[in-house]
Amino acid sequence: MAETLDKDVVVKAKEPLFGKVEKKLLKDPLNDNNPITVQVLGVCSALAVTSMVYPSFVMAVAVVFVCAFSSLFTSLVRNKIPPQVRMIVQLVIIATLVTIVELTLKRFQYPIYRQLTVYIGLIITNCIVMGRLEAFAMANKPWRSFVDGIGNGLGYGAILLIVAVIREIFGKGSLFAGSPLEMKLIGTTPDYFINTMADGSWFGWYANNNLMVLPAAAMFIIGVLIWIQRSYNPKLVDIS
Amino acid sequence: MDFFNIFIRAAFIENLVLAYFLGMCSYLAVSKSVKTAFGLGLAVIFVLAITMPINWVISNKILSENGMLGIDLTFLRFILFIAVIASMVQLVEMIIEKVSPALYNSLGIFLPLITVNCAILGGSLFMVARDYNFSDSVAFGLGGGFGWFLAIIAIAAIREKIRYSDVPPALRGLGMAFILTGLMGIAFMSLMGIDPAALGK
Repeated sequence: MAETLDKDVVVKAKEPLFGKVEKKLLKDPLNDNNPITVQVLGVCSALAVTSMVYPSFVMAVAVVFVCAFSSLFTSLVRNKIPPQVRMIVQLVIIATLVTIVELTLKRFQYPIYRQLTVYIGLIITNCIVMGRLEAFAMANKPWRSFVDGIGNGLGYGAILLIVAVIREIFGKGSLFAGSPLEMKLIGTTPDYFINTMADGSWFGWYANNNLMVLPAAAMFIIGVLIWIQRSYNPKLVDIS
Repeated sequence: MDFFNIFIRAAFIENLVLAYFLGMCSYLAVSKSVKTAFGLGLAVIFVLAITMPINWVISNKILSENGMLGIDLTFLRFILFIAVIASMVQLVEMIIEKVSPALYNSLGIFLPLITVNCAILGGSLFMVARDYNFSDSVAFGLGGGFGWFLAIIAIAAIREKIRYSDVPPALRGLGMAFILTGLMGIAFMSLMGIDPAALGK
């Protein structure tokens, strides 16, 4: 008896802060509804930063931040926005948040700020942010929109990091270069973890692959990622 | 650098789509047929060539410390740029509708899309980052737009043909478009050998 009573109490209590719906909102964008490989949103701004892991990581954090808080704020004022000017209102919210991100980076992470240059500003026109505001935040409560924003930011960041890890290892032989976590993996100089010139090195045949540093490599890797994802998840296949 | 150099550089060597991935969303979404790609490409040239000089004036004559107001207002750059782009797109749409209904019918659907096309905002931000002067920014707008136009026409033509090829089902559509864009990027890299300085002689 006690158990059923407990259940009733749970049902009667308001929706839990982090229930099934929220979990789904957070998990879906990572695979089934990934912003880049399935919704094809937000490919625009950030692929050029994926040649190294650290800038991509900063970019991913920035997008999660902007996506989450723009969803939250848009959702808070959603009933007060006249439909004709909603695009402008959304753009102003996003642009303000992006300006905050830009100034913060400029103050605390200047080298990264120099490296990302225009791509920070381009988060404004990143279609994921706008797309989620239009599709979700305009019709849902603030907390759920916030979680949806985080989920989509993470789904985007995941692809970004996968591409960046592949490109940096094969293109430069290092990982997290430029950050405190810097690792030197494969190279010819003694301070690399695997010195390819050393006697008996297993990786003696390896030379840095310059193709991976080119922008085109990002396209190939994403193409292959889509290929792999769709082979495992046939419901995503389209015949267009 | 003179006008022609910047045009060539922006259109071929530093192509907005293939070297900087700008405007990828609409590039992938609208490249299923050459006809629509043509319309969108024209609209992008149009809007880029108009917004770039306007944003140059705003950024150098109003927002900068040496501008009219004498205060450093560069933190307003993003908001003003995006507002200029959104309102210019609206204005262009209304003007075209009045002046040439035929052109409006072919461009109509794509014009609003352009507000959130990263190539437009990206062009303006590159212009600021590279300290272009006024005529440079006009050349960069035209050249960048033309390069974007070329890239979308090319991918649309390839995608029209590839529909009849036997592509693995999981790679069909989007996956193939990505790989094709990568191949096109490599092809455009061969244009890096062009030395714009030598062309002027």
